[in-house]
Amino acid sequence: MEKSKTPLLDQLEGGKWPSFVKDMKQAAEKSPMAKDLISQLELSYKEKIGHWKHGGIVGVKGYGGGVIGRYSDRPDLFPAVQHFHTMRVNHPTGWFYTTKALRKLCDIWDKHGSGLTNMHGSTGDAILLGMKTDQLQPCFDDLSDSGFDLGGSGSALRTPSACVGPGRCEWACIDSLDICYNLTMNYQGKMHRPMFPYKFKIKVSACPNDCVASIARSDFSIIGTWKGVIRIDQKEIDAYAASDLDIQKEVCDLCPTKCMEWDGKTLKIHDGDCNRCMHCINLMPKALRPGKEKGATILVGGKAPILEGALLSSVIVPFMKLEPPYTELKDLIDRIQDWWDEHGKSRERLGELIKRLGMRVFLRAVGLPAVPQMVKAPRSNPYVFFWPEDIKKPDEIAKEVK
Amino acid sequence: MAQIELAGKTYEVDEDGFLQELDKWSEEFAQAYAHTEDIEGTLTEEHWKVINYLRNYFQQFGIAPMIRKICKDLGIDMTKLYELFPTGPAKGACKLAGLSKPTGCV
Repeated sequence: MEKSKTPLLDQLEGGKWPSFVKDMKQAAEKSPMAKDLISQLELSYKEKIGHWKHGGIVGVKGYGGGVIGRYSDRPDLFPAVQHFHTMRVNHPTGWFYTTKALRKLCDIWDKHGSGLTNMHGSTGDAILLGMKTDQLQPCFDDLSDSGFDLGGSGSALRTPSACVGPGRCEWACIDSLDICYNLTMNYQGKMHRPMFPYKFKIKVSACPNDCVASIARSDFSIIGTWKGVIRIDQKEIDAYAASDLDIQKEVCDLCPTKCMEWDGKTLKIHDGDCNRCMHCINLMPKALRPGKEKGATILVGGKAPILEGALLSSVIVPFMKLEPPYTELKDLIDRIQDWWDEHGKSRERLGELIKRLGMRVFLRAVGLPAVPQMVKAPRSNPYVFFWPEDIKKPDEIAKEVK
Repeated sequence: MAQIELAGKTYEVDEDGFLQELDKWSEEFAQAYAHTEDIEGTLTEEHWKVINYLRNYFQQFGIAPMIRKICKDLGIDMTKLYELFPTGPAKGACKLAGLSKPTGCV
């Protein structure tokens, strides 16, 4: 038997899981770029070093982003991947494609690039992997003619993304799809013409399950929530009680704030202590539903570790009603971006800037009041500091008390 | 490393076309190179304003300025900047100004 040329990559084909190596080998049968890509990756695994040079600057006319330049540092060995640029294509909100649209996208990509795709990247975009510089503009023109557009890259607003929300899910408290689409259309300039200190991501989850992980992955997180009490359908509770589900053990005992009581017949929820973890609603979807008054909690500052460590987003608006045309939301985004753009250092994310200058400076700058919901627990986590002029001196308090 | 020939002179450039020998830059270089960045005809006074600003900043600080700073200091907005340099400030304007390739996030 002929010895494999890629013994290290071959190991990644083992097991019962899908394998990108398998996919790439399949593509290599008709794409010379995919073939050289495999060979270069095998060399990288062998030498334990990447063989891509640091990002190049390439693009299409009128856009400052959407294409990420990549060049091989061993074009002598792998001429087909000498240029291997990536194109980000803005995905349809909620990733609802028709098969016709997907076929069209792949046809365009087979014509201009390696044929390899990544559906989808963590920004949400459809990622087209590997194209030569002279194909950039023709590929973009073909995409445009078919109704596609590029997403954001570099120090720009990245393509906003959202969970499928009301498209499939009964817990949706907001129309995440419409909000995402509306913001995408509203901020075309900020997406295609990078002008920020660094990247800025907006993600929309329609309920606190946060299926797009907006709290961990976006600078501006919009998470659907409700006001008031969780709606209980007692008849359905009885049905769950009669089923295999152990309500005490699996629902009440696992509630993180222990806000539920179960006496074997009636379920009681102390909604004031609920932190909207969704655990009980997820376990008993027929019996429990989010409250009637719906809106979203706005959080900022989430990011993955690059220059600084990872941050989760922090609450800045506990509850905002979100209805078209979302003027209040857009005004807030604009104010936040202006402040960040003005004060942020090069490659400083919003969360890092807030950490450097302080939450109270941020809140004053964007005109938001400090509210108790911003703090995890009174006195234990006081990251919202008072301004000196807000603090009353002991003698002033004494006077008031008298 | 690639070479390009512009107006009878040869220049060393990187794979994205950024000038490698920064001291070889001249106004003739910028003008002769402009058409590759989708700028037609002669560079206007407004183009030179941006190019000279970039060069001064780069000589002073050794890096390209942030885009907001360009807009603010020159009193132009992003739309205008892209009208002048259709391939964008990082790619088009810096290339013509003879700056090293700006490092940016991908």
